[in-house]
Amino acid sequence: MPRLTRIVLVLFVLALGFGFAQTVIGVSIPAATHGWTGGVNWWAAETKARLEAAYPTLQIVISTAGSASEQANDLEDLIAIHQIDALVILPFESDPLTEPVASVKDRGVFVTVVDRGLAREGIEDVHVAGNNPALGRVSGEYISERLGGEGNIVVLRGIPTVIDNERVEAFMEVIDQTNIEVLDMRYANWNRDDGFEVMQDFLTRFPEIDAVWAQDDDIAIGVIEALEQAGRTDEMFVVGGAGMKEMILRVMEGDELVPVNVLYPPAMIATAMEITALNFVTSVPVLGRYILDSPLITPENAADYYFPDSPF
Amino acid sequence: MARSEAAPAPTWRRHMRSIPWQSLTPLLGLVFLLIIGSLLHPAFLTPTNLLNVLTRSAFIGIIAVGGTFVIIAGGIDLSVGSMAAFLAGAMILVMNALARNDLEPLTIILLGVGMVLVAGLLAGAANGLAITRGRIEAFIVTLGTLGIFRSLVTYLADGGTISLDFAIRGVYRPVYFGSFLGIPYPVWVFAAVAIIGAIVLHRTRFGRYVRAIGSNQEVARYASVRVERIRTLTFVIQGVCVAIAVILYVPRLGSASGSTGILWELEAIAAVIIGGTALKGGSGHIWGTVVGAIMLSFIGNVLNLTTAISEYLNGAVQGLIIIGAVFLQRGRSGR
Repeated sequence: MPRLTRIVLVLFVLALGFGFAQTVIGVSIPAATHGWTGGVNWWAAETKARLEAAYPTLQIVISTAGSASEQANDLEDLIAIHQIDALVILPFESDPLTEPVASVKDRGVFVTVVDRGLAREGIEDVHVAGNNPALGRVSGEYISERLGGEGNIVVLRGIPTVIDNERVEAFMEVIDQTNIEVLDMRYANWNRDDGFEVMQDFLTRFPEIDAVWAQDDDIAIGVIEALEQAGRTDEMFVVGGAGMKEMILRVMEGDELVPVNVLYPPAMIATAMEITALNFVTSVPVLGRYILDSPLITPENAADYYFPDSPF
Repeated sequence: MARSEAAPAPTWRRHMRSIPWQSLTPLLGLVFLLIIGSLLHPAFLTPTNLLNVLTRSAFIGIIAVGGTFVIIAGGIDLSVGSMAAFLAGAMILVMNALARNDLEPLTIILLGVGMVLVAGLLAGAANGLAITRGRIEAFIVTLGTLGIFRSLVTYLADGGTISLDFAIRGVYRPVYFGSFLGIPYPVWVFAAVAIIGAIVLHRTRFGRYVRAIGSNQEVARYASVRVERIRTLTFVIQGVCVAIAVILYVPRLGSASGSTGILWELEAIAAVIIGGTALKGGSGHIWGTVVGAIMLSFIGNVLNLTTAISEYLNGAVQGLIIIGAVFLQRGRSGR
């Protein structure tokens, strides 16, 4: 027994010494359950490799969670086992994770929040966010401009959440100022199969549709398949969103059916990790809020947003 | 198909009497739904819409035919949705790999179909053997495999989406979108699976054993029924049915991801129960399951065709109709 204790003690001291030499950044993200989170995971892994190679003093630990409560447990492990100096977190949901992140902050850890914010202000040091209202607004502006301010459109929504509401509200603000009629909106749950079925039913119901706002690229793929089945691809165009590589490729090739895309980059996790790393390896000021734009992707600029190696 | 239950009878009257009228409730529910739909929108009764919905119902329907065997034998299979996603992912990867070897697209598709049938059979056998040889509750085993298959497809897809090679896609696509005598292929396959399922369940010794195990396992055992073997076979049938559904699913979108087939297991179980099969096992009909699966697809379709009900309440209406359909059944059959 005493010998074992001694070994454990030595290991502990070694680990402690190793810990002092290094800055540990914990990255907590949702598991890759669909395309967009798959992109987040890929970018996190890429950035970890880049940062660790560029700055030997940095050590990055990535943990993925399948639910909000699992993510809260992950935070405890990051603190207890990895003794992190900084946390980069893309919260599963805002409310349930606010207190767990606040208690991480109370231990003096540098906190960077990505995408959706926490329910209470003033916890995080850095906030890197996508711009959901901008995604809706940019999509609305393109559709109304392209249709000359009048026509019939259908909308496929995501999963009933704040993200979806913000996008749809901003979209409708633009559309309400035109003579464009929204024939109907239905939830397609950011899912290809649901997109296919909802679009089939829209096509049954409405003989005249000029444009489809699918909001998301997974939905858009289902929509396109339904249009091809009905042989109505040349009557309308489809606007997706997020920047899936297959859709960017279509835009790049000048596909009439998919003329543009609107970015909501999963690479925002990389932005957040880079900024957090800067805080430890340089003395440049980094604290604050960073809102990434949701630019319109057109055939002219599509090549800048095409990442063939990413799974998304 | 509705009459496959009826025993052959010498006179017309006896024939009528032998039809289980009390278990026709699911059919009444479906007719009721069709009437509502036709009142809501003129396009509802067009052949295009009806065939769209029937084609969609084929996936859940074929899986639910297998589920009917499992549930009648007193088991449950929660893994079918994940298994479908995994088989779809594996099938696409195998076909993509074969595409690099200069084979004819048709050969590649046939190899893919053969592979997925074998894989479905093995996956079902794995579930069944873990339950019977491992003596673990079906609920727990299939809850476990639900997680395993779902993670495996996410892993195979590297967190993204697995997409079918474009050249193969073009040849394979008609399997979902093509039709014979005006009826899409998936509907033909669904009908064939249902008829074979009905014959096996209602006309063979195996079918009788399945029901015997579900109503009383111990009595069946004393009657020298090989309970373990029969029960394992029900899971094998389930696995093969999932594979058949996958063969029809892959040509539709040509892709599979971690979000493929989410909650299909619950839809399949709901179709079986709406169709009049007892969740505790022992009794049930394939034709009821078929009606149940078609009904579930029509609920979604009717809701999409109207603005009368807020899209926020879709799930609530679906839930009410499912509970209502099962409630009517229990009331009528006086169990």
